[in-house]
Amino acid sequence: MYRETQIIKHAQKASSNGGNLEEAGDLVINVGPQHPSTHGVLHLVITLHGETIKNVEPHLGYIHRSIEKMCESLSYRQFIYVTSRMDYLSSHINNHGCAMCVEKGLQVEIPPRAKVIRVLMDELTRLASHQLWWGAMAMDVGALTPFFHAFREREMINDIMEETCGARLTMNYMVPGGVMYDIHPNFQKRVKEFIEEFKKKIDEYDELVTGNIIFQNRMKGVGYLTKEDAISYGCTGPTARGSGVSCDIRKLYPYEVYDQVQFNEIIETDGDCFARYLVRMQEMRQSLSMVEQLIDNIPEGDFQAKTKAVLKLPKGEFYSKIETARGEFGVYIVSEGGTTPYRIKFRSPGFSNLSALNHMAKGYKIGDLVAIMGTLDLVIPDIDR
Amino acid sequence: MFLKDYISDVFNATKSLLKGMRRTGYYFTHHKEIITQQYPEVKQALPERFRGEVVMPHDENNEHACTGCTACELACPNATIKIITKFDVTPDGKKKKALDTFVYHLELCTMCNLCVQACPTDAIKMAQTFEHSVYDRSRLTKKLNEPGSKIRAGVE
Repeated sequence: MYRETQIIKHAQKASSNGGNLEEAGDLVINVGPQHPSTHGVLHLVITLHGETIKNVEPHLGYIHRSIEKMCESLSYRQFIYVTSRMDYLSSHINNHGCAMCVEKGLQVEIPPRAKVIRVLMDELTRLASHQLWWGAMAMDVGALTPFFHAFREREMINDIMEETCGARLTMNYMVPGGVMYDIHPNFQKRVKEFIEEFKKKIDEYDELVTGNIIFQNRMKGVGYLTKEDAISYGCTGPTARGSGVSCDIRKLYPYEVYDQVQFNEIIETDGDCFARYLVRMQEMRQSLSMVEQLIDNIPEGDFQAKTKAVLKLPKGEFYSKIETARGEFGVYIVSEGGTTPYRIKFRSPGFSNLSALNHMAKGYKIGDLVAIMGTLDLVIPDIDR
Repeated sequence: MFLKDYISDVFNATKSLLKGMRRTGYYFTHHKEIITQQYPEVKQALPERFRGEVVMPHDENNEHACTGCTACELACPNATIKIITKFDVTPDGKKKKALDTFVYHLELCTMCNLCVQACPTDAIKMAQTFEHSVYDRSRLTKKLNEPGSKIRAGVE
């Protein structure tokens, strides 16, 4: 760690003539890569003047596994499971995006039952992800109890996933052509139980954290991101919607059955940490209502379309995008007509959202940095890939 | 004015804090709503679809259904499965490909279920075991077909 600090200091001194980063009395400190408040192996080099942040520079690459390169040697069925390891909190949605892109290339129409199951699973994953975010967010700003409350409800979703998909976190349930298995006979009953339970609990969440004045004082007026900046940094998801940017892929470019369910795109215009917090809290209620609408209306029929044993995409380029719990996730496949992709590029929401961190944190105190990072909802393997 | 704001801030903060603490107090007095499980003593039954490790079921005659077609080996993204085949001589003198050893590397497996989906004869399935820790890494490399086992009659 010491050596790295020295290198960075020298590099900054060299560039300080033009950039004017460091002055006398400034302090450069490293947060991470193994820091408990950064949610993973993120390394931040922070230039401080007193307690005021002058510059935040994220250093990436500590959990880079070259997933895009790995995918080039895997077949179109195999590469989907790897994407669960990127944004592990919305692994279903990542798998869904990849399966959608392959289906686009194969020109396969998936059965209506599979479409509804996919959307149900996506929304349950979004709920689980936001629950974990809520717990971790409250823990970041100093409240430990909400973390356990959040994990209690998340456990119910994990149990549902375990029963239907066979795994709790990296499900690999979406396959090209539909879903891997039909839903478990208990699925509808247990989801309904969860909806009933969580409707009560989400009010409890509000009572416990949202209404707390101390929490609001930590969040309000901190980490401003204007609408223009959110667009120019390429922010998506709740981060951008907290600044008033309409960017919900589910609403703007509906896929599967999102054009048939009733839901609102949540937009807050304040642009501070509390606005982003409110967006996610309200998104949980929207997801809940979406699950409620679909759970009794799963059409009968096949859960998987017939596909060939060995998938071959025609020569060309394919792109599909999907709304994960963090923002827009894009999959870009270049095919040469073989069984493996020539090139795969993933557009992960976390990377673009993180790029706005320096802009958001400048001028605030170091204690606010943790709150700002919490509302960005960073998942580091998603940023590094 | 400043003092008045300050006092009202403190009052509001205490009020909202107490409101949250009421929630905590509720769970403190309601022990039945606590959901923690005492794991090693109490083991929850895992659902049937849970993916713990790949196993090859054998019937009472020590017969399995694997033809050695290597479909699972090709489907696996991590080279977890290695199938070694041999040639059996059938009674009428013909050579027939058969399974010799089904090597399964648990240390490489990500439980993605693609091999089970690819198997044309349902010879392998996922088991619910999950406590895989061992002292020596080499013990994670397993031979799935039992010694002396042969292919079930009628499975092609």
